[in-house]
Amino acid sequence: MNESQVSASPFIVERSTRVSQVSAVVATLGLAVLISLPYWGSTGSMRLIAEMAYFLALAQLWNLLAGYAGLVSVGQQVYIGIGGYVLFASADWYNVHPLLAILISGIAAAIISLPMALIVFRLRGAYFAVGTWVVAEIFNLFVAQVPKLGGGSGYSLTPDIVRSVAPDRAVREMLMYWMALALSVAIIAMVYLLLRSRHGLALTAIRDSESASESLGVDTYRTKLMIYIVTALCSGLLGGFIFLQKLRISPESAFSINDWTVVVIFMVVIGGIGTMEGPILGLLIYFAMRELLADYGSWYLILLGVVAVAVMLTAREGLWGLIAKRYDLHPFPVRRRLVRPPAS
Amino acid sequence: MSWISDIDWAGVLIQGALIGGLYALFAIGLSLAFGIMRLVNIAHGDLIVLCAYVAMIVVNATGVHPLWSIAVVVPVMFVAGYLMQRSLLNFTLGPSILPPLLVTFGISVIIQNVLLEVFGADTRRLNAGAMETASITLPGDVTVGVFPLVIFSVALLSLGSLQYLLYRTKLGRAFRATSDDAGTAELVGINNRHLYCVAMGIAMAFTALAAVLFSIRTSFDPSSGAINLIFAFEAVIIGGLGSLWGTLVGGIILGVSQSLGGSVVGPLVSDLIGNPVAAQWQILTGHIVFIIVLIVKPDGLFPRIRD
Repeated sequence: MNESQVSASPFIVERSTRVSQVSAVVATLGLAVLISLPYWGSTGSMRLIAEMAYFLALAQLWNLLAGYAGLVSVGQQVYIGIGGYVLFASADWYNVHPLLAILISGIAAAIISLPMALIVFRLRGAYFAVGTWVVAEIFNLFVAQVPKLGGGSGYSLTPDIVRSVAPDRAVREMLMYWMALALSVAIIAMVYLLLRSRHGLALTAIRDSESASESLGVDTYRTKLMIYIVTALCSGLLGGFIFLQKLRISPESAFSINDWTVVVIFMVVIGGIGTMEGPILGLLIYFAMRELLADYGSWYLILLGVVAVAVMLTAREGLWGLIAKRYDLHPFPVRRRLVRPPAS
Repeated sequence: MSWISDIDWAGVLIQGALIGGLYALFAIGLSLAFGIMRLVNIAHGDLIVLCAYVAMIVVNATGVHPLWSIAVVVPVMFVAGYLMQRSLLNFTLGPSILPPLLVTFGISVIIQNVLLEVFGADTRRLNAGAMETASITLPGDVTVGVFPLVIFSVALLSLGSLQYLLYRTKLGRAFRATSDDAGTAELVGINNRHLYCVAMGIAMAFTALAAVLFSIRTSFDPSSGAINLIFAFEAVIIGGLGSLWGTLVGGIILGVSQSLGGSVVGPLVSDLIGNPVAAQWQILTGHIVFIIVLIVKPDGLFPRIRD
């Protein structure tokens, strides 16, 4: 911020708040605890935390797309699937080291996302949503036609490739756990910094009113395109990682709208779309419901659907929106707020 | 590739075109809701499947021929559509596209999983007896199934009656006025909120009609909704948003593409790369044709509404 410009006015532009400073300290401490988990926690808890970590990253990415850029995609599973399959293909066909292959997964997803954006961006609003879904279905059906990728029944990574990550199983578990944390923290930090940057200001403007932001000189098409490609890149990385952890891939699991998109949308909507805190709250609610209702089949999905519909009808800013409004809390300050400095 | 000369081209094209009638029927509900209240109903496919289960309950309870279940399913779904609009969807309408999209998305997941819990994952199908296999021979030695002809005739009748409703009645005039400018329509005494409920009721009535025919033609299970939504959507976009008869053309193009995909493209790819799985090419070819139309003519073939 250019301080000299605003100092003449009675207001100052405030970005970080006391709450955000406190929460940054808490988050750092929490992360340190999570990093040390392999030394004192069980394999089960490591897997759960890893899953929560990559779902939080997915939720932040979808929130960036739908909540800020107005790109309500229900086809993000396509990049998870592409990431997964590129990892399998590069590790299996070209003997690329699996950890390097994750990077290739992300790059491949980003490259594919450009021509795809040019097609689906022709559809607007809700039709864009269904269009992205059709594209994901095309990839799903297409991959099932390729025998070298295991066709419709899928295939597994060979033991040699698995051992090349780390020969010892316990070491491998730790390594994968830390990677899940590292990937998620990196993606969430990227989203945070992006939202605080010049592009973030453009995105927030698009979120609030697309036509108004356009009239103020925001290049909405380019901004949206950039966000679409960045989220594809990150989803590809996550897809590569997720299927390296699962060791087995099939078109059904890789391009599953339920696994990779439906639950992510519920997290974001329930927690609060268009904020960074919302998806975190939504993630916690989702996992709590899933664990509590684990014995009741798909009832947790029905309940999540009911809650999401209720939230959309009664409190569009989500549960976090209600909390933030009541207590004025902003742990992730991506907004610029005008405040009157205390009289001195 | 001797099989190419054995293809009954006329049969493949006619069967595909007739099935296109079903996709046009699927699309009516979707485009009516979009045309009048700019609402894209993501739950449309799951509502089709829900109607199919309601039809199944009626048939199982009374033992009548599946086509007679229309007499129950259509009015029931009209009321259901009216109530759904009144209690949920009317509250989502506004400048932002997120609430209607996410609420119908939630409804979709709820319907799908409730059906799964109540009826299980088994595939079902309604049996229409001799009608399913009966066929007639047209001049030129082309055999056409009776049931696809029934589907296509129902589609023509539905579109014709909808055209009459929209352009020749008082209700239709109100629909068109609201579609053109909701605010001005209210100024001249139209009750938009009530009108939206009636529109959704009519949309659901056509959806129910389509669903009964669908449940006889294809086996279904609680997860069949997604693909039906996609077919309806593809027919709407190929035909052009808001164009009534364009939707029929879109449905026919989709049906013919799928038909060609199943009997020509699939076997051809199979021959070329030696892949035994050819069945999926039916759906895949439809999707690819949709993408090509989207690239070449993004507004569809007969665009009407621009938003």
